[in-house]
Amino acid sequence: MTMPETQTEMAEPLIQVRDLKMHFPVTDGILVQRTVAHVKAVDGISFDIMPGETLGLVGESGCGKSTTGRCILQLEKPTDGQILFHGDDLGSMGRADLVAMRRKIQVIFQDPFSSLNPRMKIGDIIGEPLAVHGIESNSADRNKRVAELLTVCGLSPKMADRYPHEMSGGQRQRVGIARALSMKPEFIICDEAVSALDVSIQAQVINLLEDLREEFDLTYLFIAHDLSVVRHLCHRVAVMYLGKIVELAPCDELFDNPTHPYTRALLDAVPVPDPTIEAGREHRLVKGEIPSPINPPSGCVFHPRCPIALDKCAGPVPELRELRPGHFVACPEVS
Amino acid sequence: MTRLLEIEDLRVQFFTSEGIVRAVDGITYHVDAGETVAIVGESGSGKSVSALSILRLVPDPPGKIMGGKVKFNGEDLLQIDDIAIRRVRGRDIGMVFQEPMTSLNPVLSIGRQLTETLEQHLSSNKVEAHARAIELLGLVGISEPERRLKQYPHHLSGGMRQRVMIAMSLACNPKLIIADEPTTALDVTIQAQILELMKDLTRHMGVALIIITHNLGVVARYADRVNVMYAGRIVESGVAEDIYHRPRHPYTRGLLRSVPRLDQPRGERLEPIFGQPPDMTQLDDGCAFRPRCPFAVGRCEHERPDLEAVGPGHESACWQRDELDKGVAA
Ligand SMILES: Nc1ncnc2c1ncn2[C@@H]1O[C@H](COP(=O)(O)OP(=O)(O)O)[C@@H](O)[C@H]1O
Ligand SMILES: Nc1ncnc2c1ncn2[C@@H]1O[C@H](COP(=O)(O)OP(=O)(O)O)[C@@H](O)[C@H]1O
Ligand code: SF4
Ligand SMILES: [Mg+2]
Ligand SMILES: [Mg+2]
Repeated sequence: MTMPETQTEMAEPLIQVRDLKMHFPVTDGILVQRTVAHVKAVDGISFDIMPGETLGLVGESGCGKSTTGRCILQLEKPTDGQILFHGDDLGSMGRADLVAMRRKIQVIFQDPFSSLNPRMKIGDIIGEPLAVHGIESNSADRNKRVAELLTVCGLSPKMADRYPHEMSGGQRQRVGIARALSMKPEFIICDEAVSALDVSIQAQVINLLEDLREEFDLTYLFIAHDLSVVRHLCHRVAVMYLGKIVELAPCDELFDNPTHPYTRALLDAVPVPDPTIEAGREHRLVKGEIPSPINPPSGCVFHPRCPIALDKCAGPVPELRELRPGHFVACPEVS
Repeated sequence: MTRLLEIEDLRVQFFTSEGIVRAVDGITYHVDAGETVAIVGESGSGKSVSALSILRLVPDPPGKIMGGKVKFNGEDLLQIDDIAIRRVRGRDIGMVFQEPMTSLNPVLSIGRQLTETLEQHLSSNKVEAHARAIELLGLVGISEPERRLKQYPHHLSGGMRQRVMIAMSLACNPKLIIADEPTTALDVTIQAQILELMKDLTRHMGVALIIITHNLGVVARYADRVNVMYAGRIVESGVAEDIYHRPRHPYTRGLLRSVPRLDQPRGERLEPIFGQPPDMTQLDDGCAFRPRCPFAVGRCEHERPDLEAVGPGHESACWQRDELDKGVAA
């Protein structure tokens, strides 16, 4: 795969995902559980993420974005494929190495409230991983570090004494970010990290994530269903549909020249906040709904909804091919 | 145009352990026959409560409609008796909510829910109601309507359920539909299908639509006129072009500069509104936006601005409304 727009003399990717598959068994039976089918949540995807890069992973609910993130975090054991971090396969690493590596990979979720312990003070929520991993075992040092992290995330150090329910959604999301940063990670998976926030607060957190990436040389996998946010933040973007990547390209290239019929349908569906532009836009609606990932359509998984599908689209599965430098698309019918 | 709905100085409060929440704090607006009016604002600004109070659906207690008028075809819905308001609900005014699962009855088939409404409000007989139910499902783009009528809400996808909700809201030929975040829970391609459907049907049938949303793109695509709410009040009101291209309230302007846009190249810095929305139990006599407002002047602290005209059909509730006229298009 090629270089992202911002990196030129890059050495090796920070993250490499190779032919990742995650098939969840669907079981039946009351006494004896037997597997009757599989949910093909992620079905053979590959991508790299360069140091300092933000890779966007977009697509509608159920397409496999979070599962991809959970596999990278080693929260799921993939059915197949590899995840390399600094070139090392996380799946074949010994426990001690994995624990050390996992500290470098952190996650920020959508709903900060459900991921924060309601009975813990904010200071302890942020300080806990520091204590558990023996990074700051002295409590005075730990408090100092917590105060620093709160400040970096735009919160007052006094917030350390508060409880999650005493904070707004935006403040809780900043706490989630501070907690992730406490481990001095290299790589952060943001899974719908700004999706639940109101516009004015969302903009604050987006700017914070951008600033932190620059200040601490972070690399992000930015999982989101909001395409406008993704365009704003990402260097490259991968579009998923039913467990597969259908298009992958540098950010502005993807949004200016969407090529896969699904990407086009997706972008068409997003309204822009300008009534004059909207009045002049043609809206081609994609028909139908997303099929079940248990029995995905044969061939190109998008073919039943695709406006340009031909008979042969139900045949062999189209591979990603490089249409222009760095612009990959899994549809043989477009150019 | 005929005034279909006229809301005057509507005030709704909640009496909670934390204090009195002035959820809707004196709002005035109207909806003409057949037009689409959007209510936009951040969560907690009073959008849903203002809509629920039109049909007197605010839970009481803890909520209470404290005053104002809701005139529908000239009649004040806050004054009519309980039987009359029940007739208005579901017949003259339809509602579509964010989560159709909570407004559909889980133990009744889709068909029964539709025919029940028809039998109750239009005194249709069973045969008429069944035929009309099939027609309605066809209208909202549900294929195989005969089969669907026998299904239960949990058999349907979120998008399908919302289509059924729309069919129900349209069942009795209403004059007005109130849609509260109708597509917020849906994926973007399904959102587009549902919104196009609502637009086509309301235009076709001449039904007016109040659409409540926090999505500025949806408003730009679908609304004729826009009311921007902040802390229980309408702070700006006007046609969509004025609101987006010539905003005359600092909050509207801030919102437009905060929102990332699909049509803007990556990396453009967003200009967030700093701070957070106010605690609705602690509102004072000044402008509620003051702590976050880059335009605030001394007066904003103790005098609350009311909506005043800044142009034809364009109103702003801001002491600095004329300052904002000076070359600050968003
Ligand atoms: N633990 C699990 N067991 C079974 N199915 C799962 C599990 N986790 C996710 N899935 C299914 O995998 C698919 C992809 O889910 P997910 O990765 O959460 O999608 P996204 O984040 O894109 O919305 C969905 O159909 C979901 O229901
Ligand atoms: N049942 C209730 N009890 C107490 N407060 C409520 C209740 N419903 C709404 N509120 C309060 O009223 C205000 C307006 O709420 P709402 O109209 O739901 O906002 P929006 O729809 O704009 O997000 C909020 O401050 C909310 O907390
Ligand atoms: S009245 Fe004052 S504080 Fe309120 S929005 Fe206008 S300038 Fe800002
Ligand atoms: Mg997800
Ligand atoms: Mg609401």
